[in-house]
Amino acid sequence: MLEIANITKTFHPGTPNEVRALRDVSLRLEAGSFLIIIGTNGSGKSTLLNAVAGTFLVDEGQIGLAGHSITRWSEHQRAKLIGRVFQNPFSGTAPNMSIAENLALAARRGQPRGLGWGLTRKLRQELQARIRTLNMGLESRIDNPIGTLSGGQRQALTLLMASWLKPELLLLDEHTAALDPKSADQVIRLTHEIIQRDRLTTLMVTHSMQQAVNLGNRIVMMHRGRVLHDLQGPERARVRPEDLLKRFDEVRRREQLDPAVADMLQKNYV
Amino acid sequence: MILLIGATSIGLILALLALGVYLSFRIFNFPDITADGSITLGAAVTATLLAHHWAPAVATLAGFAAGMVAGTITGLLHTKFKINELLSGILVMTALYSVNLHIMGKSNVPLLNESTLASQAEQVASYLFRGPADLNVLGWPVSIRDFAVLSGVLALVVLVGLLLYLFFQTNLGTAMRATGDNPQMIRALGVSVDYILILGLALSNGLIALAGSLLAQYQGFADVQMGIGMVVWGLASVIIGESLVGGRRIGLLIVGAVMGSILFRQLVAIALRWGLNPNDLKLITAGFVFVALVAPALLRKFKSAPAKPAAA
Ligand SMILES: Nc1ncnc2c1ncn2[C@@H]1O[C@H](COP(=O)(O)OP(=O)(O)OP(=O)(O)O)[C@@H](O)[C@H]1O
Ligand SMILES: [Mg+2]
Repeated sequence: MLEIANITKTFHPGTPNEVRALRDVSLRLEAGSFLIIIGTNGSGKSTLLNAVAGTFLVDEGQIGLAGHSITRWSEHQRAKLIGRVFQNPFSGTAPNMSIAENLALAARRGQPRGLGWGLTRKLRQELQARIRTLNMGLESRIDNPIGTLSGGQRQALTLLMASWLKPELLLLDEHTAALDPKSADQVIRLTHEIIQRDRLTTLMVTHSMQQAVNLGNRIVMMHRGRVLHDLQGPERARVRPEDLLKRFDEVRRREQLDPAVADMLQKNYV
Repeated sequence: MILLIGATSIGLILALLALGVYLSFRIFNFPDITADGSITLGAAVTATLLAHHWAPAVATLAGFAAGMVAGTITGLLHTKFKINELLSGILVMTALYSVNLHIMGKSNVPLLNESTLASQAEQVASYLFRGPADLNVLGWPVSIRDFAVLSGVLALVVLVGLLLYLFFQTNLGTAMRATGDNPQMIRALGVSVDYILILGLALSNGLIALAGSLLAQYQGFADVQMGIGMVVWGLASVIIGESLVGGRRIGLLIVGAVMGSILFRQLVAIALRWGLNPNDLKLITAGFVFVALVAPALLRKFKSAPAKPAAA
């Protein structure tokens, strides 16, 4: 279970570049639930995921995950509990290392790394078997550098890596945005399979209303560092892509008002 | 022949420097200038201990350990105090100059009458070959001492290279390579990039100090100036090695760094034989590294240039 309580993050505070990226955000995510986050550019979606992953520490508020208070944990400590796939296919893998080596690294996510042999024969067989399930023909190329693969193949492998040791929380930040439509479909299908199979608690950011409606069991819409809508249960079940687009239009209309007024309206509205 | 044997021995000793430079510059992309100070540190610690009649093996290990401490400090300056990579190295290198002087108590410690790894190797060899001062290798007379030092150094470098290769296949070593390749990824897999970097710099400077320690024992003295320009020499060896072996497999690159160092020293020896002014050596080495750094980009430019008129 993930519990985010009143977190705030301001970048460059007290300077002309000040950005209040998260303003008092609270979210409670039951174990096994799959939350989709949507919102306009710059609304704070990535910042929220980064706050949970520990890329930076939040200014205020608390974050709890699987019974631990992780608010002050560093990023690599949180990695024990969290699996992650980034938007950029280059971010999630080490390009000059082989497919097998990358997966071997992921097979020890959050565990101590000593002088034990990295790629044992047993592990090789195991990861070959798992790579075969991707149906991408990569199982015969596990000693090739991962940098020679396409973006879609790399994202599929990153997904495999993030979920190799069942994480308490899976974070997906527009992980198909950089892919061509066919690869994106493939990766989304894989995402769905893995999350279903392992019942992973998941936070996924997307700009695709189709994905938002087809995947997951809850939709949150962010705007200006706040949670604007939170669709769950029957309301979520009824929602169609057009409904979500309508909510984006509302936001855009309100945006055209004076920002101060908009802010005030928003406060009353939420 | 004697010239080449000498150059090969020094090349093998400085291969440890090349391996250290390879670790920091290539694996971590960390331009670690500490090397100039840590190679002298290794020499200073070993020479001083030898002058106090410590066992050569212990004195050598102490040099290695001192280098690890220096690397750790550079790593701490960079990770904990957020000092820029180059500056962290420069600070430690500069501080080491004074430290080295303090350790040695003067600017030069001679080792002519001390027992060193070199003199021990010579003793072992003359015991094995029972006596003659010169050996006959392919018709050339080679002094026992040169032969013994060369074989000893060769064995040691092969051992270190092998250990390094094995280390890079362990869980920790794999994580270290990944840290240089993609820090964001390895952090998301639960590795403290700071910790790995400090460990890597410690290892790198340990190897470099070990090179200094052996160099002092080989040439029979430690000098506070002996480290100047060593980073660039190490880098030159790494670059030569990379072009010798091609590819990016870690085992090949380790072999390449060793071969690069030997080849580089031989080139230097031949150039000096041909009458190159030793004072110009560092200038030429720097020029060589400069060319090696910019040549790949220039070549790419030339290759892609003719494509333009064809398209027009
Ligand atoms: N590290 C940072 N330093 C400074 N400003 C930042 C940083 N990260 C995010 N921001 C700012 O915080 C705001 C929210 O950014 P964020 O990346 O969370 O938006 P997003 O909802 O993910 O947008 P997108 O849909 O474009 O990915 C933006 O104004 C952004 O410029
Ligand atoms: Mg984003």
